[in-house]
Amino acid sequence: MYQIKINITLKSSVLDPQGQTVLKALHDQGKQSVVDLRVGKYIEVKVDAKSEAEAESLAKEMCESVLVNQVIESYSYQIQAL
Amino acid sequence: MKANVITFPGSNCDKDIGSILANEFQADVHYVWHKESFDNRPDLVVLPGGFSFGDYLRCGAMAKYSPCMKSVDEHRKRGGFVLGICNGFQILTEAGYLPGALLHNRSLKYVCKDVDLLPDKQNQVTAGLSSQALSIPIAHGEGAYFADEETLKRLEGDSLVAFRYAENPNGSLHDIAGITDAKGKILGMMPHPERAMNPYTGKMDGKAIFESIFKNL
Repeated sequence: MYQIKINITLKSSVLDPQGQTVLKALHDQGKQSVVDLRVGKYIEVKVDAKSEAEAESLAKEMCESVLVNQVIESYSYQIQAL
Repeated sequence: MKANVITFPGSNCDKDIGSILANEFQADVHYVWHKESFDNRPDLVVLPGGFSFGDYLRCGAMAKYSPCMKSVDEHRKRGGFVLGICNGFQILTEAGYLPGALLHNRSLKYVCKDVDLLPDKQNQVTAGLSSQALSIPIAHGEGAYFADEETLKRLEGDSLVAFRYAENPNGSLHDIAGITDAKGKILGMMPHPERAMNPYTGKMDGKAIFESIFKNL
């Protein structure tokens, strides 16, 4: 059994209004040292795979077919044996 | 005219568009549950507005895996017309039938109001419409059209932009409110022409849009 931790963010070329709004709120609190902020998505998946390589190929397939819209988002993942 | 309206879990404008097609345009309307397939060779397939699969993950992301989409794809390959309104437009982009994606409105606010739509005279589907602005309602939280530079250039160069907002309500690039595919057989648009088809509401500008679509069936 493996756990896949997937992080999804909007590509840097895509405006992130959610991130900009949060950034502005932090600036309003006086946290001027925060220079940039982007809001993303975190997805945890447990898979019953026989090997880490199998879990990885499942992760890639899930991301590219369903979990990520590659027109606007990029992703990364970590895999952990349970 | 035979029209199939697809109902996904969370679709809520299926009856609206279906009743307009049946009552105002005498269409033979079939409602297709997303788990069903169809082979009745419709002239028009509509992916209606709403919140398919609760808009979870991304708007329209999961609808493309519904079993009915196989039939929609066959219809598309036969050269049939597909109309996606609002969530339907989001599904069309997620399914890869139309390029780009719909992002959160730049204001982060859900916008519900009448907007002035400008039809593009160069586009195959909207060429017959007068250049006058059409007043059509919008109601969406994720309607900001996005595509990369290269795609935008192609959309503009090939006249695939069908409608633009006179005053951009959501941050769509190039003020895009609706686009078509290269053959003019797939139209995706965020505004709801079916909500501007009833004299009781004082809005009738949707009629011209449907007539323009029917010319291209």
